Amino acid sequence: MEERDFDIIVVGCGCAGAIAAYVAAKQGKSVLIVERGESAGSKNMTGGRIYAHSLRKVFDKYADGDVEWDNIPFERKITHERIALMDPTSNMTIDFTSKELGEAGSDSYSVLRAPFDAWLAQLCEKAGCEIIAGIGVEDLVKDDAGAVIGIKAGDDEITAQVVILAEGVNSLLAERCLGAPRPKRSEMAVGIKEVFELSPRAIEDRFLTPEGEGAAMLFVGDCTHGTVGGGFLYTNKTSISLGLVATIEELSLSNTTIYQAMDDFKRHPAVAPIIRDATMTEHSGHMVSEGGYDMIPPLVHDGCLVVGDAAMLCMNLGYQVRGMDLAVASGQFAAEAACAAIDEGNVSASALIPYRTMLENSFVVKDLKTFRAWPQTMEKWDRMFTEYPTMVADVFNALFVVDGMPQQHLVKRLLPVVKQRGLLSLAKEVRGALKAL
Amino acid sequence: MSTVPEITVSVDELIGANKYNVDEGGSHIGFTAEDVDALDEAEFLKLVKVCPAALYKIGPDGRKSFDYAGCLECGTCRICCEDTIVARWNNPAPMMGVQYRFG
Repeated sequence: MEERDFDIIVVGCGCAGAIAAYVAAKQGKSVLIVERGESAGSKNMTGGRIYAHSLRKVFDKYADGDVEWDNIPFERKITHERIALMDPTSNMTIDFTSKELGEAGSDSYSVLRAPFDAWLAQLCEKAGCEIIAGIGVEDLVKDDAGAVIGIKAGDDEITAQVVILAEGVNSLLAERCLGAPRPKRSEMAVGIKEVFELSPRAIEDRFLTPEGEGAAMLFVGDCTHGTVGGGFLYTNKTSISLGLVATIEELSLSNTTIYQAMDDFKRHPAVAPIIRDATMTEHSGHMVSEGGYDMIPPLVHDGCLVVGDAAMLCMNLGYQVRGMDLAVASGQFAAEAACAAIDEGNVSASALIPYRTMLENSFVVKDLKTFRAWPQTMEKWDRMFTEYPTMVADVFNALFVVDGMPQQHLVKRLLPVVKQRGLLSLAKEVRGALKAL
Repeated sequence: MSTVPEITVSVDELIGANKYNVDEGGSHIGFTAEDVDALDEAEFLKLVKVCPAALYKIGPDGRKSFDYAGCLECGTCRICCEDTIVARWNNPAPMMGVQYRFG
């Protein structure tokens, strides 16, 4: 093999990139991470919560005891799952908690990416990686045959046997240098988030959680003013992350702006008390890929692999949102495939294909395939975001409102509510959704 | 068709809590016309709706404006309109742009 500056260059020090770099360094490879943020995490944003299973597997296999699980800068272990259905003036919340939600292996944690990614970067440095931060990669360097052999950052060209592209969901390099299709407006959503400072005690009191534990909450309905999307809330150690996600295509044709919808959401009677007296400390935005399995771009190239959000590895099922656990696993697999290919002295696409195979044999592609039909189903299910929350409000008002007027039997009260929305079409739509889920 | 939705948020305060290094050297986002006011109205209105930092504005007088300084670098405007009025979208220059302290 030709002489190169590094065995592996990783573009981007988020979850996927950092884990790829860490795993490669642990296998004795020389690794350079190039991160465009001033420090790792400074350009990254999540809702957010990480399901810990894939991170556990990486550390079980590679950490040799140098990672103390309790020292990872997670925010809170999520032991309460809440789903809320809201129309403009009503809200119905389901709150679920169980032992299983918190058990090692099925545990999940709220995270803030600035501290979390900074910790990942430190881990990489300890494992022997070099990190250049504050410089973006503008281009990939290719040889005459078109194989990727390095990166161009600032005035420098730096070469490597394999480049692992972990640049995130706004994947400029994958599109411009690797021919990945630009994601469609209908496949991408925009996320808007604000962080609100609150005391740990206030957080635990407002969400009824044990000390140190937290809640995750997803909102469906009027929060996006009828646009396909939803609201989210995660409790951190001393803050709350609150935000909205809406499909770009629909939002661009809607009659609201994303920041006005966010402001209205914050004022909703079911949300306002949660953030009462809290100081807003950051306002952020980020894209989310929502097209599922069918929008995964080509991942394996001569001398180059695409991982994490740049590979569009993300799942939004409405009641479950996942990205970082997929990113971590893809980073691990990419590093393992790259290291093996370097050891064999062949980094062509055909020699790197085990990355794709490992993804396909893992939960990453299996889960994306299982829920392949969901993005299209959700897109067509506009009543989920408009009529049904109102129907739920009508049903519960029929149950609970006592105003002194002579009451009718429950069935008589409920039937008109359900009939108005169409019992058959409701059954059909629910059946369709259940099939896709 | 292209009416601006009613906005009651104080847009200027929206990103006031954030930390930025603003690149005085110019915008990392460019359009098909030098003067944004000359851009297609319907396409521009899409950007007004999708940009989470409220950088795309249509004033009471109907004038369109764009300010890159508060950009959150999400790329939403690129995905929305790179095939119409967004002509150039690059990441900000080294050390420039938003710096999330929480993220």
